Amino acid sequence: MSDDSLDSWDSLLRREVREEVRKALATLGRAGEDVAGDERVVELLGLRLAYGDMMVLDGISLTLYRGETLCVLGGSGAGKSTILRLVLGLSYPDEGQVLVQGRDITHAALEEVLALRRNMGMVFQQAALFDSLSVYHNVGFYLHEHTRLAEHEIDTRVTEALKFVDLDPDQVEDLLPAELSGGMKKRVGIARALVHRPEILLYDEPTSGLDPITTRTINELILKLQRELSVSSIVVTHDIRSAFRIANRVALLSGGRLVFVGGPEEMIASEDGYVREFLR
Amino acid sequence: MTFGKTILTPLLYVNRTLKGWALNTQEYFGLLARSLHALLTRPFYVRDLTVQMDVVGVGSIGIVLLTGLFTGMVLALQSAVEMKQFGATIYIGRLVGASTIRELGPVLTALMVTGRAGSGMAAELGAMKVTEQIDALNTMGVDPVRKLVVPRFAACLICLPLLTMITDVIAILGGLLIAVVKLDLTMELYMRSVYTTLAQNGFLFRYVPIDLFGGLLKPVFFGAIIAITGCYFGLKAAGGTEGVGRAATRAVVTSSIFILATDYFVTQLLIALLIE
Repeated sequence: MSDDSLDSWDSLLRREVREEVRKALATLGRAGEDVAGDERVVELLGLRLAYGDMMVLDGISLTLYRGETLCVLGGSGAGKSTILRLVLGLSYPDEGQVLVQGRDITHAALEEVLALRRNMGMVFQQAALFDSLSVYHNVGFYLHEHTRLAEHEIDTRVTEALKFVDLDPDQVEDLLPAELSGGMKKRVGIARALVHRPEILLYDEPTSGLDPITTRTINELILKLQRELSVSSIVVTHDIRSAFRIANRVALLSGGRLVFVGGPEEMIASEDGYVREFLR
Repeated sequence: MTFGKTILTPLLYVNRTLKGWALNTQEYFGLLARSLHALLTRPFYVRDLTVQMDVVGVGSIGIVLLTGLFTGMVLALQSAVEMKQFGATIYIGRLVGASTIRELGPVLTALMVTGRAGSGMAAELGAMKVTEQIDALNTMGVDPVRKLVVPRFAACLICLPLLTMITDVIAILGGLLIAVVKLDLTMELYMRSVYTTLAQNGFLFRYVPIDLFGGLLKPVFFGAIIAITGCYFGLKAAGGTEGVGRAATRAVVTSSIFILATDYFVTQLLIALLIE
């Protein structure tokens, strides 16, 4: 195949993706990044992290604004999930700071870190539901641990959360995680993350390993969460279609560095070599 | 260049290995210190503690009974062969009693519980680690040491001395069975002989035989070793299901060695402080 015909394929594909982004934005009735406010919810400042000789993050600075969904894209091993671990204070950078609602989680004492985490919800790649607990106790875990709510109030909140993720509480509440399908696990994971109404939600590959229909359902769920509960979210993914469907802004990581940060349309218009390669 | 490399490579290896050991030791004792601190401060997970006491304590009763019974029986049987030559079979109770209460009761119980519950702790926590459930706990503002390690730690501290008492009693009764059935000793003679050995090193607070006190102090140390080692290797597990298996094996091997080594030092300490 000649270079010319490759270029024309490239432009055809890019046109297709661009069309998809337009459609997605039109469905939402919003114009890209204007959903976000000015308030900085999470700030990553000059993060550097190396595991032995391998540089995982090499000077990352990124901001999550209130109410926005920020998708972090990148290939496998690009350091995407590490960013979530740093935001949660599960890992520590060699250099730099992570400010969560203005407080530095990287240098905070354990009790403060635990307190900061209580305002965040995390949806894990494999859902990470507690094996020994039923769906009801998984979703209600936070409320049982940190609140003095009566059992009937917890029951109401758990039911609400399960309904929000389109699960029938009567059918799933008593099931154990091992009895759920992959998509259901993800949804229970989301319900567990939102039950305490956190302001920040973090998603680690929310659509990986799911079929296209379930992927769409999960994407719609993420959009619904942003629309109805106004949460600010960081979504780590390598699924470009999903990212363009749900993101207000997209950040692209490569080799531990940020190659691009901006709206989905800007990304498509970008002339950067790696961005073009990634979108292909 | 090649010569330099030949010298340097083993040195770098030694350097890395030593650093690794130092780090692991620091992490191990760090976990012990955090568990001790969390044991004495709020919040307490009482429900998790009762669940763990059921797993460690009630769950181990069966194997402890069998271990104790057969150990007592075989001790009586073996010593009878030797003692018969001197016509000293009446001292079988002393031998069974002393060795069970001082050493075999605590050590065998601890080794059995390590195999059963210690490996289980490492496997359970390891599986939770590799499936990100530990991270999930952390992200929900729950300290895994308080929620997972401390209930297991406390359960072992409480249950090990109790299980050891069961082993002691059953082993002595096992010895009695052999003494009465096979060696034609009377029950009274055997039990008197057991009592003599208990009393020979004196009493603590007038009524507690020093040997019994030592025999029930050791399991407290052993319980701490079983729980901390099991949880430590579980929490450090990495590399999928293979990592979980490795964690369980390491927990059992390390914990068994620590139990036997600690047994020596605690015995030495007890002899120095209480008997001498």
